Amino acid sequence: MLIYIARRALMAVSVLLVVLVATFLLFFAGPSDPAQAMCGELRCTPQRLEDIRRSLGTDRPVAEQFTEYFKGLAVGREIYVSGAPRTCSAPCLGFSFRTGIEVKEALATRFPNTAMLALMTMAIFLTVGISTGVLAARRRGTALDRGVVGFSQVFGSIPSYILGLLFALYTTVLYPILPRYANRSDGLGPWFVGLIAPAIILGLIYATGYVRYARASMVDTLNQDYVRTARSKGISEQKVVYRHALRAALSPVVTILGLDMAGLLSGTLVTEHIFGVDGIGKFAIESLRNDDLPIIMGTVLIGCVLVVVMNLIVDIAYSFLDPRVRLS
Amino acid sequence: MSAQPVPPQDSAAHDVAAASAPERNVVTEAPAGEVVLKITDLCVRFPSDEGPVNAVQDLTYEARLGRTLAIVGESGSGKSVSSMAVLGLHNPKRSTITGSILLDGNEIVGADESLLRRLRSNTAAMIFQDPLSALHPFYKVGSQIAEAYLAHNSVSKDIAAKRAVEMLELVGIPNPARRAKQYPHEFSGGMRQRAMIALGLVNNPKLLIADEPTTALDVTVQAQILDLVKDLQREFGSAVILITHDLGVVAEVSDDILVMYAGRAVERGLAKEVLARPQHPYTHALLQSLPSASEDSDQLQTIKGSPPSLVHLPSGCSFHPRCMVKDRVPGDPCATLLPELRVSSPGRQIRCHLTNPESVLDQEVVS
Repeated sequence: MLIYIARRALMAVSVLLVVLVATFLLFFAGPSDPAQAMCGELRCTPQRLEDIRRSLGTDRPVAEQFTEYFKGLAVGREIYVSGAPRTCSAPCLGFSFRTGIEVKEALATRFPNTAMLALMTMAIFLTVGISTGVLAARRRGTALDRGVVGFSQVFGSIPSYILGLLFALYTTVLYPILPRYANRSDGLGPWFVGLIAPAIILGLIYATGYVRYARASMVDTLNQDYVRTARSKGISEQKVVYRHALRAALSPVVTILGLDMAGLLSGTLVTEHIFGVDGIGKFAIESLRNDDLPIIMGTVLIGCVLVVVMNLIVDIAYSFLDPRVRLS
Repeated sequence: MSAQPVPPQDSAAHDVAAASAPERNVVTEAPAGEVVLKITDLCVRFPSDEGPVNAVQDLTYEARLGRTLAIVGESGSGKSVSSMAVLGLHNPKRSTITGSILLDGNEIVGADESLLRRLRSNTAAMIFQDPLSALHPFYKVGSQIAEAYLAHNSVSKDIAAKRAVEMLELVGIPNPARRAKQYPHEFSGGMRQRAMIALGLVNNPKLLIADEPTTALDVTVQAQILDLVKDLQREFGSAVILITHDLGVVAEVSDDILVMYAGRAVERGLAKEVLARPQHPYTHALLQSLPSASEDSDQLQTIKGSPPSLVHLPSGCSFHPRCMVKDRVPGDPCATLLPELRVSSPGRQIRCHLTNPESVLDQEVVS
């Protein structure tokens, strides 16, 4: 068991290293020139451009930037911002080109907003999605089942920005039944209730997928021999369905859940924007507009780390769910 | 019921089939024991896109305490379907069941869920073909057995767990306390089937239905499992229904036999007598197609044709398209008239138009 987890963790670390190198190359050695963007179109003299490049450190060779960057991640480093040296402790993600705020800090203040939204969303899509999926599987072939599958397919194929916009418009603007987003500094209560609206619509959109995963998985396990064995024991149908069939049906769902949570925790670009939630996703879009490389890279890195970490968690969860996994 | 040592599996059926027939006037042994299961005119039908599938039709038989009834037939002959109906395991929304199944005095056809729950495992239990897929992969073997005990006895979990260990010991699993805490995938095939039998017997049911219990096992393990079922039956005195397509298994352990073809019973009688002197052309052909160790033949005998579709059954006798002796029936009714199951000799019933089946089949060389 421990060996299994250790091996998985080791694999996760190696994947993470590859991801770090890849993101670095993608952004710092890529075609975009942040100095050009910061310099502006009109009063940009070659001299000024050169100064900005030097202050950003993008004038140095890629290999040198690369070692600097990784040194910063590992032990921290000093970075010259507007000519003055500033210490950036490990793991150093640099300073915003635009505002000079440390990227790590900027992300840390926004992450709780995204994380709370993700958790609330998960609570909604898991309960709605799985219970509806199980219901449809148990009534397979009936009008109810067909209705559920049809609705989830139609609802799930509407782009989320349309659903999000309409939902925001109707529930927070035209008929303000749900409170709008408030910053955490305004109090935790208003902050929490402000996240309900985006969590509901995001949860329902995700639920359409979970309805279908849960239904397909349950239809499969309900036909398994061990469910017939369970029924032949004389235990209640509730126990047959939930203890025997659902337990086995959930393991494939856990895999998808891990990836979805990685996606949600690294920020929902559109929904956060629509509802004004000050999370990682909204932050990423804003920095993208400003060519603020350290922040873009920081958000991408967080996303990658989350995917790797969630996969590790899924692998470990699997070994608890399915005893057959422990041996391998 | 003979308690002689079991001869090696593969030759057993052949020996019995080839042995000289017992005298016909040695009348049927007095059927021992109370009737636990009485099935009358059972029909099981499933809807399908092509039309209703007639999985079981007009099936009548009974099982008695202390006796083993073998139900024999090809895949799709209705043997498993009929016995799953005994536990009410067919989804009522996806099947139509008519007739009567009296299990220990309780009518199963149309019974409500709470009655079925009380009877399952407690009065009648079932052992399934492949123990790896029939045991839940996520739960420990001991807890799966304890669960069945807890469903029918108001005892603590500890006592149920102890009962599970006892049962594992009873079915000959070494180190049962440790084994109870293991998962099915940590068991060997034979051990898993033993655990399945322990699960079946945990509530000491009056009827044990074993659905091809040895099909997924090695030949050597098969014999052990059959011995175990036989020993346990002697100890508990329960009725056993053994569903199989393996005539060797029938010869070893059964008292009575019921041969099914295309959803209907075609021959019923004492196992020894039927195997030695089959009266229905299908039973006869089945026995002929057993590979023989003594005869020098490089080709397997087969029954010509294939089993009929249960949606579009042949007219008349379902077996007539494959029957080798239908020309011997005067008036040629086989293709038009469904024969009734009738008493052909003491203790024997067949569904066939032949008036003198034994003499016809004795001469007939199936090629």
